[in-house]
Order: sequence, then C-alpha cells, then structure tokens
Amino acid sequence: MTEIFGIPLQAFLSQLLLGLVNGSFYAMLSLGLAVIFGLLNVVNFAHGTFYMLGAFGAWLTLQYLGLNYWFALVISPLAVGIVGIIIEKTMLRWLYKLDHLYGLLLTFGLALILEGMFRQQFGVSGQQYQVPDALRGATNLGFMILPNYRAWVVVASLVVCFSTWYVIERTKLGAYLRAGTENAALTQAFGVNVPRMVTLTYAFGVALAAFAGVLASPIIQINPLMGSNIIIVVFAVVVIGGMGSILGSILTGLGLGVIEGLTKVFYPEASSTVVFVIMAIVLLVRPAGLFGKEK
Amino acid sequence: MDNRNKILYAGLFIVGLIAPAVVYPIFLMKALCFALFASAFNLLLGFTGLLSFGHAMFLGTAGYITGHTVKVMGFPTELGILAGVLASTVLGYLVGSLAIRRQGIYFAMITLAFSQMLYFIYLQAPFTGGEDGLQGIPRQTFLGIVNLEDDTAMYYFTYGVVVLGFWLIYRTIHSPFGQVLKAIRENEPRALSLGYDVDKYKLLAFVISCALSGLAGSTKALVFKFETLTDVHWAMSGEVVLMTLLGGLGTILGPTVGAFIVITLQNQLSHLEGWVTVITGVIFVICVLAFRRGVVGEIAALLKKA
Repeated sequence: MTEIFGIPLQAFLSQLLLGLVNGSFYAMLSLGLAVIFGLLNVVNFAHGTFYMLGAFGAWLTLQYLGLNYWFALVISPLAVGIVGIIIEKTMLRWLYKLDHLYGLLLTFGLALILEGMFRQQFGVSGQQYQVPDALRGATNLGFMILPNYRAWVVVASLVVCFSTWYVIERTKLGAYLRAGTENAALTQAFGVNVPRMVTLTYAFGVALAAFAGVLASPIIQINPLMGSNIIIVVFAVVVIGGMGSILGSILTGLGLGVIEGLTKVFYPEASSTVVFVIMAIVLLVRPAGLFGKEK
Repeated sequence: MDNRNKILYAGLFIVGLIAPAVVYPIFLMKALCFALFASAFNLLLGFTGLLSFGHAMFLGTAGYITGHTVKVMGFPTELGILAGVLASTVLGYLVGSLAIRRQGIYFAMITLAFSQMLYFIYLQAPFTGGEDGLQGIPRQTFLGIVNLEDDTAMYYFTYGVVVLGFWLIYRTIHSPFGQVLKAIRENEPRALSLGYDVDKYKLLAFVISCALSGLAGSTKALVFKFETLTDVHWAMSGEVVLMTLLGGLGTILGPTVGAFIVITLQNQLSHLEGWVTVITGVIFVICVLAFRRGVVGEIAALLKKA
C-alpha cells in the first residue's frame, strides 16, 4: 500500500477530506462574520449559535414537519435569517454609534440565552440526522473511497462562498454594500437605503451560518454547545486571515481546516490547538493578518 | 481622595471585617475573590479600554499552579500563591505581547482564542487532572503560624489578600501611569502623538491585570481546596465581563458590587440549573442596551445631579 510519511495513503486522504469539510464550515462562518463586521462594525459572537440553530432547524423540520433535508436546506437558513432581522431591528440597531465592544457583548448575551434555552430543551447528548438518500454511499476514485456526502458539503459550500464573493465584488448590489462599508453616511446621501441594507446584511450573514449548520447536521452530533465550540476557532481563523478581504476569509478558512485535518494524522494531541498556534505565529510575523491591511 | 470617599472606604473596610459574623464565610470568600478578579479586569477594560475576552486563563492558570505546587510539590502556602501569581504574570506577558499587536475588537478575539487554547492544554495536561480537576488542595498555614484550615482564619487571610490587591489597583489608577492609561482609552492616536509608547503602557497594564487576576485565582483555589476546568472556560471570561459591566465600567467599586450581585444571584438561583445561563444572557442584553453605566455608575450620576 502506498504511504506518505509512514501514513497509509487512504487514511491520509480521508483526513485531508475531513479537514476540507471542516474548512468549508470555517470558511462559511468567517465569511459571514467578515461581511457583518464590514457593514455593521459588530463582531457577531452569536454566529456560532446561529450555526447551531441551523443544524437544529434541520432536525426539527424533519421531526415535527416531516420535511426532508432539501427543504431544510432552504427553510432553516430562512427562519434563522428572520430571527436575525428581528435581532438587528430591535437590538443591534441601537449600538452602532457606540464602541465596538458593546456589539460583541450584546451578541454574547444573545448566544448565552439561545444556547441555554436549547440546552434546557434538548440536553447536551446530541441528536442524529440521517444523510439524505441521494447522497448516501461512496464513490471509488481508485486511489481513495470518497464519501458522497462529504464531497457534496465541500462543493456546496465552495459554490455558496464564491457566489457571495461574486455578488459583493462584481455586482451593483455588491458595489452599494462596499460603498456602505466604506462610508455609510455618504452612501445614504446618494439615495441608497442603508439601514435596510444593514438589516439584510445581518440576516444574510446569519442565514449563511445556518446554511453551514444544515450542511453539518448529518455528519456531526447536533447539540446546543456546537456553536460556541466552533465560534472561538472561527475567531482565530478571522484573526489569522483578517476581516478585510472576502476571498481571504474563504481561503484562510479552507486552509486552516486542512491543516487541522493533517495535524490529526501526524500529531493528534495538537489537533485542537494547532489553529491557535498558527494564530500566534501569524501575529508575530504579520500582525495585520494574512490578507489584512494595517489600519 | 476627598473626605466623602475616605469615609466610604473606611466604612466598607469595617463592613468587611465584621461580615463573617453575619454571612457564611465561604460565600464571602468566593465573592471577594471574584471582586478582586473583576477589579483587575476593570483596570484593563474600564481604565485602559482593552477588552480581554480570555481573562479566565489567568484566574485558572494561577489556581492550577498554586494547587499543584502546594499539593504535589509541598510548597508552603505563601510560596504557592507566589508561584501562581508568577505563572499568570508570565502568561500575561506572553499573551499580551501578541494581542496588543492588533487593535480594537481583534484584541478580544485574540485573547479569547488563546484562553481556549489553554483550556485544551489543561484538559490534556496530566497535572491538572483533566475533567476531574485538581482535588484536595491543602490550605496549610500562613507563615507557619495561622492555621488556614479554619474558615474564619482563611477569611481574614483572603480579606487581607483582596484588600492588598485593591490597594494596588487604586494606586495604579491614581498614579501618573494610570493617567496615561486613561489617555490611551480616550484617544489612542493622540496619546501616541504626545510621545507615549502606547504599546508599552498597554502591555504593562495587561500584565498588572493578569498578575492580580492570578492572585484572585490562587486564593480562590485555596478557599475551595480544588481547581477545575470551569475556571479556564470561556464562560468564566464572560462572567467577569458581566460582573464589571453590571457593577459599572471604569468605576472603582463597580466590579466589586457586580461580583457580589452575580455570585448572590448564582447562589439563589442554583436550583434553576441550566436557566442560570439564560438569565445571565438576559442580564447581559439588558446591561448593554439600557444600563451601560452599571449600578455604581448610575448611583454616581445621581449623586452628581443632586
């Protein structure tokens, strides 16, 4: 059997894929954080919670409405997006003129509330969600067995991430958004409805997190703590990449997922800390982040 | 310090001396340790404008080191505390030098990420006892004379430590160094242009805050005779933010008031179990939206009006 650095090729490649899958989640979450931070100047601590809500949304729509995975993929992000609209309109809106830290603290409080409520309702043991029929099984590529669902996760999130990048960087709507990020008052003076754009941006960002949650639901234990576990890693990802660049967020997310996956092969004890170690190194070498600009 | 404040502090000092006659000493010691922890945190957030979202790592690190040196290596109590404080000071220096390389809200994310890294390290490290924690830490004696296994003696020991900590914080805030910190909080570019080495000041404030958080952690580990992962978890970092915010950001007594309120609430509501998290979250949201001055800040504003 072929080996790479003493590791069987098959094991190596499957960890690589697993890393890529995790990286897709990091990419989608850090992308949402970056878009929200760009326009709202809020570091959305509740982002992980919305990811959790997305996964629970999939599970709940199946349990109580009997709707399958494909419906969940649409309904769950929509529902979470509406929650986002409500939060932005009733709470976040009042904090824009204040120091950034209040946005972080408010969303931290919201995360505690939602996480606590779900923990009371569902416990911490975790729920199972089946892989949809169409994506079950695996494809033999000759050099490795590729589980179909994992491949789908990577492809779907790449498509979503790059569509987001395209919309923001290459369309008229995106131009408004970038203008609003640069100078909200001036953009409004040109007749763009900035407050509505801000609301929708927040809704879109959290819906993206929920979408990631639905994608994750068949391959993880759906439990109330999954959000806060991932969000801290995503913060590190964001520090490494810098929030200034959309493409940067996507690449950093994917890259770190892969590095984490490979660490699991070569030195499993460090797999939970490797992202933070990389963060420390980046802070030493390039304080502004890989894709960041010094402000 | 004007006369009104002198009377206030003297009165509070006496209240602290007679409190264990009325209130359960373990509860008081817990609240005092958290009061010191929150005040140390406030030195950073309230007086320097730096939000550290990973302050639990300094509380927990000191607790683990003190516990380990006292229990396993046979250090006397004073040396054990010293070792704990030293550990969080060094950790504070390392984390601080990295974190101040980024501005604003990144600082919060970096400190949070490092504290999570330490959480994972302590989860796996053999000396911490992992999920079980470090149990049965002996309190021993103070200077070989006072037996700290007695709760009343331990209370006065804790009280002494906390008062010392407060005095240090008070002195720091009211020193020329503290004035520079305030200048940095109000307008960092201006402080920089006036010739102050802003990063050096920020780092020093950070390290002082970490050392004092460590002092709180070491003492807390001795009070409870155990140290667990709870103390390094991000929820603890959130708790100290809540205490400070609820009591009054940038006020001297605010964090202490906040700590007593939060600890009392946790004790009173402990039968609600998981709902405590939800209630904590609700208090957070209310504080941020409508009560940003905190209890002490509101009272001070009322007194000013009157």
